[in-house]
Amino acid sequence: MSTSAVAPSVHSLWTTAAGPLEKIPAPHIEYTQLSPVLIVIGAAIVSVLVEAFVPRKGRYHSQVFLSVLALAAAFAAVVGLAAGGYGSTKAHIAAMGAIAVDGPALFLQGTILLASIVAIFTFAERRLDPADHGHKVDSFAAEAAAVPGSEQERAAVKAGFTTTEVFPLALFAIAGMLVFPAANDLLTLFVALEVFSLPLYLLCAVARRKRLMSQEAAVKYFLLGAFSSAFLLFGIALLYGYAGSVSYATIARVVDGSIGSVDPALADTMGNDALLLIGFAMVLMGLLFKVGAVPFHMWTPDVYQGAPTPVTGFMAAATKVAAFGALLRLLYVVLPGLTWDWRPVMWGVAVVTMLGGAIVAITQTDIKRLLAYSSIAHAGFLLAGVIAATPSGISSVLFYLGAYSFVTIGAFAVVTLVRDAGGEATHLSKWAGLGRRSPLVAAVFAVFLLAFAGIPLTSGFSGKFAVFKAAADGGAGALVVVGVIASAIAAFFYIRVIVLMFFSEPKADGPTVAVPSALTSITITAGVVVTLVLGVAPQYFLDLANQASVFVR
Amino acid sequence: MENLIALLIGAPLLGAAVLLCGGRRLDRSGHWLGTLLAAASFVIALALFADMLGKSADDRAMFQRLYTWIPVEGFRADMAFQLDQLSMTFVLLITGVGTLIHIYSIGYMEHDERRRRFFGYLNLFVAAMLLLVLADNYLLLYFGWEGVGLASYLLIGFWQHKPTAATAAKKAFLVNRVGDMGLSIAIMIMFTTFGTFTFGPVLAETGQASEGKLTAIGLMLLLAACGKSAQVPLQSWLGDAMEGPTPVSALIHAATMVTAGVYLIVRSADIFNAAPDAQLVVTVVGAVTLLFGAIVGCAKDDIKKALAGSTMSQIGYMILAAGLGPIGYVFAIMHLVTHGFFKAGLFLGAGSVMHGMNDEVDMRRYGGLRKYMPVTFVTFGLGYLAIIGFPGLSGFFSKDKIIEAAFAKGGTEGWILGSVTLLGAAITAYYMTRVMLMTFFGEKRWQPDENGEPPHPHESPKSMTIPMVLLAVGSVAAGAYFEFAGFVEWLEPVTGFAHGHSPLSAAAVTTATVAVMVIGVGLAYLQYGRKPVPVVAPRGSLLTRAARRDLLQDDFNHAVFVTGGTHLTRSLVYVDHTLVDGVVNGTAAAVGGLSGRLRKLQNGYVRSYAVSMFGGTAVLIAATLLMRAV
Repeated sequence: MSTSAVAPSVHSLWTTAAGPLEKIPAPHIEYTQLSPVLIVIGAAIVSVLVEAFVPRKGRYHSQVFLSVLALAAAFAAVVGLAAGGYGSTKAHIAAMGAIAVDGPALFLQGTILLASIVAIFTFAERRLDPADHGHKVDSFAAEAAAVPGSEQERAAVKAGFTTTEVFPLALFAIAGMLVFPAANDLLTLFVALEVFSLPLYLLCAVARRKRLMSQEAAVKYFLLGAFSSAFLLFGIALLYGYAGSVSYATIARVVDGSIGSVDPALADTMGNDALLLIGFAMVLMGLLFKVGAVPFHMWTPDVYQGAPTPVTGFMAAATKVAAFGALLRLLYVVLPGLTWDWRPVMWGVAVVTMLGGAIVAITQTDIKRLLAYSSIAHAGFLLAGVIAATPSGISSVLFYLGAYSFVTIGAFAVVTLVRDAGGEATHLSKWAGLGRRSPLVAAVFAVFLLAFAGIPLTSGFSGKFAVFKAAADGGAGALVVVGVIASAIAAFFYIRVIVLMFFSEPKADGPTVAVPSALTSITITAGVVVTLVLGVAPQYFLDLANQASVFVR
Repeated sequence: MENLIALLIGAPLLGAAVLLCGGRRLDRSGHWLGTLLAAASFVIALALFADMLGKSADDRAMFQRLYTWIPVEGFRADMAFQLDQLSMTFVLLITGVGTLIHIYSIGYMEHDERRRRFFGYLNLFVAAMLLLVLADNYLLLYFGWEGVGLASYLLIGFWQHKPTAATAAKKAFLVNRVGDMGLSIAIMIMFTTFGTFTFGPVLAETGQASEGKLTAIGLMLLLAACGKSAQVPLQSWLGDAMEGPTPVSALIHAATMVTAGVYLIVRSADIFNAAPDAQLVVTVVGAVTLLFGAIVGCAKDDIKKALAGSTMSQIGYMILAAGLGPIGYVFAIMHLVTHGFFKAGLFLGAGSVMHGMNDEVDMRRYGGLRKYMPVTFVTFGLGYLAIIGFPGLSGFFSKDKIIEAAFAKGGTEGWILGSVTLLGAAITAYYMTRVMLMTFFGEKRWQPDENGEPPHPHESPKSMTIPMVLLAVGSVAAGAYFEFAGFVEWLEPVTGFAHGHSPLSAAAVTTATVAVMVIGVGLAYLQYGRKPVPVVAPRGSLLTRAARRDLLQDDFNHAVFVTGGTHLTRSLVYVDHTLVDGVVNGTAAAVGGLSGRLRKLQNGYVRSYAVSMFGGTAVLIAATLLMRAV
């Protein structure tokens, strides 16, 4: 009985499938508008092929060349699109509603690409450590798969292996980051998140020195990243249940009530505010994890410390740009009708993030951990701008992200230079008196620290002023007060490092400062120049961010 | 012609710049350059004066605007000059006496290895003083005011190797700060009241302001004048300022800078005319100071300090006259100019005596010098006769007018002020006769200096005596010249003039003035001419002892301001250390402690991190739902 009842339906399925197929419409893809992403993904795939087919000797140069070329070409494409009006008048949603091409997207993609270029330079640096067995070495393990301390590792070192896979990994990550702030539906958002997260997990694991620490960091990052992804995905499911769609535009319209029920199958759940709120909170959590906001920040210090320093710099800058971009789009495009719900919650997150980051940084003794907490505090300052919920809030966050990413990459690049026998000398006590030994390097680092602290004439001041002003104008005056207090606390530990460098006696067995190749020098110089230009004459860039502050809906 | 005004200031300013920046290569010629540029300024002043005399009385003021000095919207001050009869009088005095003192200094500072610098400072002073009297607005005047303060500080402390000189310079600077504060407050009130600080608009619109505001401005201006002109209660610095080289005492601390307060009050005549209360305070300050200075002058054995007391007293006369309003302004300025001549001459004479006596300043160790220094004796003697108001000499004319005007104030005030000025005239005659007798008459009381070298008094070189002679001519003739050439008519268009109605006739006042002078001279003669002068000062009466200590001014300042200030700062420091630092350090410690605790949450275990994230998400969800619920 039961089998006979089932059989026809199975059969009917077969027959349906066997019948003439309806023609599936080919998706319409705007290749021009998506060219920045496509270039980087294409380069990443070619880069994998290079790993596979180019002889080991030629790989390093091919990869560096390919990566820089691809990133520069992608940046040129972004500039071309912006010049073509895709950031303003011609802004629209491409790829069948999946990806937005608008001002914020192009601005953030441009920022990510520029930051990535200088970060790739630090990836490619091979002058900091003396040659090992006659082979130049970079910051990455000879053979990442070899067990630390094993015979296999020694053999790999002796053979002069290098992990040139970092370049394709970085390119994939960058491609994901380019899509992340432009994603215009929740699934694209999730896919982009995974595309840039997975390579980052790997990149964290491949440090040449302190490999166990590096691997530990990678595992932690991976586990917690997976954990947060699960929340994000669950949140996406709940939002789909609420709106019957993953498209930002549709969800927004359901939220503000301009469309009612779409899908009869979802009639029970659609419009259920509990789904909306819980789903929103979970998606928010996934993004806050990526920006490193308290209380989802715990991974940051461990991962920043354990990852190879060039990767840390890249990750700290580019991930933050991408994640804040996505956060802005989610809050401003999907949930403008929900402002009164998300603002108080974000207030709380911003306050604990600013204060938490600044306060815990005070007792740090490792420069990389210090910078990690500093990045947490900065995430809090950025959240203050996000909360403004005004166009100037958007533009100030865009500006801040641009300013911050260059300071961060520059600062971590300086960290790679200060070395002793065990590699980078990251313990703060070893930085004592650095200003006496290497005045130039210490002065450059001081500039970066002053920018982090938001001292006038540096980009940090312009950026912080912009976000605080936006927040105050947006009715978040109390948040600005907290922000200023947190800045004051943060200034303490930044200035403390400067005092340590310039006003303490150098230690007898202190670290030496490696003389880098042109690559790292360019990175650091770019950081200093951007920091000072955005600090002294920020108006042009503020205008640029202003023009780029309208999301397409 | 008005384009020359800037050159008046420019010449000495150039001198200061060249001499102070030029370095050692100018050591041999620098003093000539400085003197030449001061003289150049004098020549320009004469040319402008001649031009001015050629114009009608109401059309004599000249203006020159160089550029906008402070161009802040609404708050605008120009680098612009105003040369009217009042300024002209000062310009001639400053450049004329200034040039003579430059010449004198060539001889006086001959053996000083920092002579070039000295001339640089002198030129700087002349430039700043000219700026002060030529400014066409209060802010620029303030610039000049501070400039002369700086020059004064540098020159008082010129012999900075002497701790006394360094201390005196610092004292002068600090006391002057109090007065300067008054000037800046006055300018601030002016700006808020009138919206400008240019003389023209401010003085023309005094009618628009309330009397209370004008009184406030007037009192603050008076405070400024007290500081610069060493009037009670800010008089204490002048005596110590005699630590500077004597030409400095003559130029800055007798003839010109210290009279800047009188200039300020007369320049602001319209403000004071509309603020009778402020005027009354001005006369009181003048009256008190003229007695104060005279009494101090009686007790001092240091010749320069005796003269400094006298300066204070004579400026008291001027301030008093300026406080009388239109009946006194002209005579204040007239006395200022005659005083400029005879007091500068007296100081140069004192310098000449010191020059011949191994830099001895104690008059008890002088005596009988008239035979050894005849030129000095005669010029000093003429200055002496002028200051005590010997009939026909310049002091007679100017002081007599002030006494007359004081009586003319009318009412009880007039009687009190008139009596005080008469009393002051008597004391002036007394202390100046004392100086004269102790220095040039009587037996020799010379003492060897600290190297055991007995003094060999001798007449000073020509470069020193010629300026003294010229100043003596001024001391003799200036008063009569002003009287008969029409000084009142000259200044009237600027300061205004009113005839007072004295209860006493002019003849009676003159008779009384001469009578009290004779009494003063006679008393001094009885005490110092008839009896030998002891080399070591006798203990003296309580008043004498107090007067020797400058009537306890420093003790008062010390007890009230220094001790009080010390207690105040100590208590503030205490509050700062305990309360403020306590809060700051406490906060820092609290944040640090919090940091140490929160840090423990970061324990390295992924499971703890995951719990934190889970908890965070739960809070996030709960908060979001809660927000909707409320």
